Amino acid sequence: MARSTVLPGFPLSLGLSLAFLALVVLLPLAGLFLHAAGLGWAGFFRVAFAPRALAAYGLSFGGALLAALLNAGAGLLVAWVLVRTSFPGRRLLDALVDLPFALPTAVAGIALATLYGPHGLLGAPLLRLGLAVAYTRLGVVAAMTFIGLPFVVRTVQPVLQDLGSEPEEAAASLGAGRLQVAVRVVLPLILPALFTGATLAFARALGEYGAVVFIAGNVPGVSEIAPLLIATRVEQFDIAGATAIATVMLTGAFLLLLAVNMAQLWQRRRREGV
Amino acid sequence: MTPARPSPWPRRLLILLAVVLLILFLLLPLLTVFASAFAHGVAAYGAALADPDALSAIGLTLTVAALVLPFNLLFGLAAAWAVAKFDFPGKSLVITLIDLPFSVSPVISGLIFLLLFGLQGWLGPWLAARDLRVMFALPGMVLVTLFVTLPFVARELIPLMEEQGTEEEEAALMLGASGWRIFWRITLPNVRWGLLAGVLLSNARAMGEFGAVSMVSGHILGLTMTLPQQVERFYNDYNTVGAFSLASLLALLGLLTLVAKSLLEKRTPTSGA
Amino acid sequence: MTPPRLIAALGGLLLLSVPAWAGATLLNASYDPTSELYRDYNAAFIRHWRAETGQSVRILQSHGGSGRQALAVMEGLPADVVTLAEPRDIDAVAARTGLIAADWRRRFPDGAAPYSSTVVFLVRRGNPRHIRDWSDLARPGVVVMSASPKTSGGARWAYLAAWGYALRRSGGDDGRAQGFMRAWLSHVPVWESGARGATAAFLRRGVGDVLLTWENEAMLARREAGGVAVEIIYPSCSILAEPPVAVVDGLAARHGTSALAEAYLRHLYSPEGQEIVARNHYRPRDAAALRAHAADFPAVDLFTVASLGGWAALWRRHFAEGGLFDRLTAAER
Repeated sequence: MARSTVLPGFPLSLGLSLAFLALVVLLPLAGLFLHAAGLGWAGFFRVAFAPRALAAYGLSFGGALLAALLNAGAGLLVAWVLVRTSFPGRRLLDALVDLPFALPTAVAGIALATLYGPHGLLGAPLLRLGLAVAYTRLGVVAAMTFIGLPFVVRTVQPVLQDLGSEPEEAAASLGAGRLQVAVRVVLPLILPALFTGATLAFARALGEYGAVVFIAGNVPGVSEIAPLLIATRVEQFDIAGATAIATVMLTGAFLLLLAVNMAQLWQRRRREGV
Repeated sequence: MTPARPSPWPRRLLILLAVVLLILFLLLPLLTVFASAFAHGVAAYGAALADPDALSAIGLTLTVAALVLPFNLLFGLAAAWAVAKFDFPGKSLVITLIDLPFSVSPVISGLIFLLLFGLQGWLGPWLAARDLRVMFALPGMVLVTLFVTLPFVARELIPLMEEQGTEEEEAALMLGASGWRIFWRITLPNVRWGLLAGVLLSNARAMGEFGAVSMVSGHILGLTMTLPQQVERFYNDYNTVGAFSLASLLALLGLLTLVAKSLLEKRTPTSGA
Repeated sequence: MTPPRLIAALGGLLLLSVPAWAGATLLNASYDPTSELYRDYNAAFIRHWRAETGQSVRILQSHGGSGRQALAVMEGLPADVVTLAEPRDIDAVAARTGLIAADWRRRFPDGAAPYSSTVVFLVRRGNPRHIRDWSDLARPGVVVMSASPKTSGGARWAYLAAWGYALRRSGGDDGRAQGFMRAWLSHVPVWESGARGATAAFLRRGVGDVLLTWENEAMLARREAGGVAVEIIYPSCSILAEPPVAVVDGLAARHGTSALAEAYLRHLYSPEGQEIVARNHYRPRDAAALRAHAADFPAVDLFTVASLGGWAALWRRHFAEGGLFDRLTAAER
């Protein structure tokens, strides 16, 4: 069954984890499904797969995916710079990385909408270049990228730190080029962490509400995210409808995350098996 | 640093790129917040923070974060140990379940607990009959925050523990060390930076969470208002300075934990070296 | 501390859910823009109650979106009184939980609405686009800001105000009224989720030529903008918005605060209560208070929700999923 069963603590740690998951995650989510089931199949499909809802899922999943990809690139760069280089102000930048978590999401949304708005510090010059950010789908992606950035940086950073610079230096001393070192030596070692970070950034962007609604136009079918549809239903005491849309989001997210995690595990096993 | 390195320019270019990125994307929003907070001067900023409702919100936010933290630590360590050190069927399922709370929209995260513990919910009537208040009180806020921040520590530790493998622990086991001893003496020191990063992240998120907590807090002024909710309250009351002062405080609390991390890092030599 | 003992200690701490209040305490669950009104009023009522009965009383306020607040009361928020934005929200609590008597409208004067407000226009200084009435919203090129009626109670009133005007202008012709609605709704570039978000977009981000908002919100926004950057425009007619109040009978009885709760809401109608209402930019019911603040509240031709068919019918037709609002805004995209 287990690879390294010689280590103790497997039943205790797994048991504890599963008990936690069952109580804090599974039980409440079961309630969610049950409420959605109250609609019956026909009702569920009518609510959850209406054209407007489908458009919203498309924007939420598509935007989150794009944001995760952007974050994978930007986050890797930032993590590498923070760990491997030293320059004045590095610590300050390191501290800044967590900002998207510490700021209440609505504040982040308001700040972003102010900056990227038609008269904002960044929005005005961008608009002159023909790029409208606020109240468009681009704004949605920008907000989603903002809230997801810490995930990639903070998962890659410890692994990079732990690796030390020995592998890079060893490879370099053997005559390998800089790019070659980065791609052949470092990247495979941090890939799992990078993947994890991007996956989490995706998940987080998918559910985000506060940071996004202030900068998205919330125009039905165009710039309306799925969590907004959920909030709208709750506002109207339509709990069953809200849970139906949430069920679709959750199932989609679950399947995507599961696929990513399985692929990662499979890849890891294959690498170690060789 | 090392003489073997050729031209420093690519490295400098990458640094520049990262710095510009962080300034545009993170520093500017932060400055926007501070600019709004100090729009009417330092005195107004101080007055906004000294507001009794603001003080109560600060206290409640710190309380919730402090109550959530040990649970996150415990769960994170247990889950990471099980997932990273052992191989078992259904492992990707467990990891996915850990990730899942991130993807749940905050309104829903709050709503599911309301549906469970609310008066119309499964457990609500039972609790009400015993005069136990979970929703619209501290326990509900702690539970919801726990749900929202659950993945952080575990997800931070898993890649790190996987990367480190199990050799050190197995060697210690062969030398006759007990399980707890191995954990305290080998595993924990090895992952301490990852653990710290996870704790800082979950802490920042616990203090900053708005949507989910707002569903279960009841918004009672001076009693069940956390900092992010008080920010919204001030904002809706056209008290912009108050709103952004508190928001800047949240950002500062985040920075403060980072400073603590830097100090810790300085005192102990880096683990990777 | 060993882990098991740590768990036990923490578990105990979590279960320690002491009901946070005791004694003569009253909780008022209200909606978003009333927090300053009730802060003033609570201080006055505490003095009044002490003078009247010699008892000290503590009043807690809770503010949030009107619908969310109603949901919270249904799910166990221990509110003794509710002071919400729409009758529908109080009806929902009454119908689903029975905590509020179904005849709550008859328990206090004026349909249990101690103050009223209306929907006005906020335009930029000098009114450069010459926006004087509802018909100007449909003029080509005018950019209108409003929160989404789907998520904001204030925006629902604004929408209904426009609808009432449209019906009047078309002489009751539903099709033509819909045409007018479609025209101005297509001029809204962004549907902000809350009234305050729409105001911020209008004031700070410079979006739009005109903002549709509550009269009291418009006055606060004008003050925030320094009193010169924007102007309030009163259209030819608008809606009479009547935010209702009710005692949560079931909970007040359990808390032993029924008499207190009743007196708390009753005092809103007193000269002192009405004066506080007017000072906080809500239109008082009391004729004397209204005269005293006549400069703040110009006379407007106001129509009621009842004249449009009543809340329940309006809700079903306009705001429910797939309703008229959804269709009018979807058709043109």
